[in-house]
Amino acid sequence: MKLNTDTIKEMAEDGERLDGRDLDEYREVKVEQDYIPTTAQGSAKVSIGDTQVIVGISFDVESPYPDRPNSGTIVTNAELAPMADREFESGPPQEAGVELARVVDRGIRESEAIDLEALCIEEGEKVYTAFIDVHILNNDGNLLDASALGAIAALRDGYVPAYDEEEDELDHDKVGMDKIPMNKVPVTATGRKIGDTIVWDTDREEEEALGARLTVTVTEEDQVVAMQKGGRETMTEEDISQVIEGAKKQTKKFRNLLGE
Amino acid sequence: MSKQKQEVEWVDENNERVDGRKVDELRETKMEVGVLEEADGSAMVEVGNTRVIASVFGPQDLHPAHLQESDRAVIKMRYNMAPFSVDDRMQPGPNRRAKEIGLVAKRALEPALELEQFPTAGIDISMEVIESDGGTRATGITAASLALADAGMPMKGLVSSCAAGVVGDHVVLDVNGKEDKEGNADIPIATINGGGDVSLLQMDGDLTQEQVEECVALAKEGCADLHEQQREALLRTYGGEE
Repeated sequence: MKLNTDTIKEMAEDGERLDGRDLDEYREVKVEQDYIPTTAQGSAKVSIGDTQVIVGISFDVESPYPDRPNSGTIVTNAELAPMADREFESGPPQEAGVELARVVDRGIRESEAIDLEALCIEEGEKVYTAFIDVHILNNDGNLLDASALGAIAALRDGYVPAYDEEEDELDHDKVGMDKIPMNKVPVTATGRKIGDTIVWDTDREEEEALGARLTVTVTEEDQVVAMQKGGRETMTEEDISQVIEGAKKQTKKFRNLLGE
Repeated sequence: MSKQKQEVEWVDENNERVDGRKVDELRETKMEVGVLEEADGSAMVEVGNTRVIASVFGPQDLHPAHLQESDRAVIKMRYNMAPFSVDDRMQPGPNRRAKEIGLVAKRALEPALELEQFPTAGIDISMEVIESDGGTRATGITAASLALADAGMPMKGLVSSCAAGVVGDHVVLDVNGKEDKEGNADIPIATINGGGDVSLLQMDGDLTQEQVEECVALAKEGCADLHEQQREALLRTYGGEE
């Protein structure tokens, strides 16, 4: 309801929120790994408050890119299912879905979270492609953090199916690697500037009052590996530093949920 | 597919199928109503390893206006398989199969709904298959009917759907993925209020008329069983007297 936009802004100035949370307080975050046990090769359901996201991992065997003949590949896709939100439309991914997928992808790609060379089957000929499919079931805000957390939880839950050379296809009944080879654990948190205040884990209503957001992905060593600014308004250098600082703190809590 | 067709013993000497069920036994089924917050109504139904979430928005304003009907509500139906819902990843986006299933599912639900109470309105229903092992359209219809009830849509009755098929020479209820892929035939039906009114029927295979009739009769029994479970799921959420 846009009706509450002004109230949300005024309250944020006083350090308050409509649902009584602190400005940096997340709603309850739940991670359920192996949510799709039979058909996915790694999966997780993440809920942050009423926001619900499922991420499933699938593998296929493809030719490598010519410039990286000994590297597996990653494809990230996001579906904002119409059931998630009255405003979501059926059909090919719209801007928001594409941005969501690309931000999730960037954190994983740039941190080199997946050991892509370990996914090479035959140099220049055959490599594994890991598909990371994000499926939004219910949108109550903060889809970016939920999706990124779901992606890393699903990857950590996953395995690589065996490649059957004779049939030239994956043998889904056999395990090739019992874990997806991983180097890093990138985790993402988004700070939002409402008025002059930075607020974390905004719900759908707060996002309508949103001025600007900054999504930050950091590794376990607190290295920043991906960022994305969104929203119609601007941010200052101080805002940016404050969000990065906050993201380092917030992601620690996510790491605990991932069992690190 | 270069795989050789293997001889499978579809029903063994103990009268058990490949997954241990009897010929007239449904898979283990779970139903939950109201699983999503944003939608006006929602439900998740699991039949064995098949899981479908259904949602309903509406009845609500329908745009563009040329889609409206002056004497009843119009249903827009979406059936979608998540990419990770099958072993070999499904390309995202609607394909022809999904469109056809959306249409037959809509036709399966319509006779049970009081659409004429909402002239010019639209009802958006979607079915998201998140894990599949055969029977996704039937499971989706069963879930969509629960989601409609959860949305408070006036209905003549609940719609329940399951399939019966023939594997080897055996007529079996609720074919699973393996039985569907490698068996002889599969006939999904839907009925209203667990009764005799059939609102969905499809078939592919190679059967005699007697076998078809046997399948339909058996699937009808399955639908009656599912109908009872749907009622229980609604009562669990909404309470009320039996």
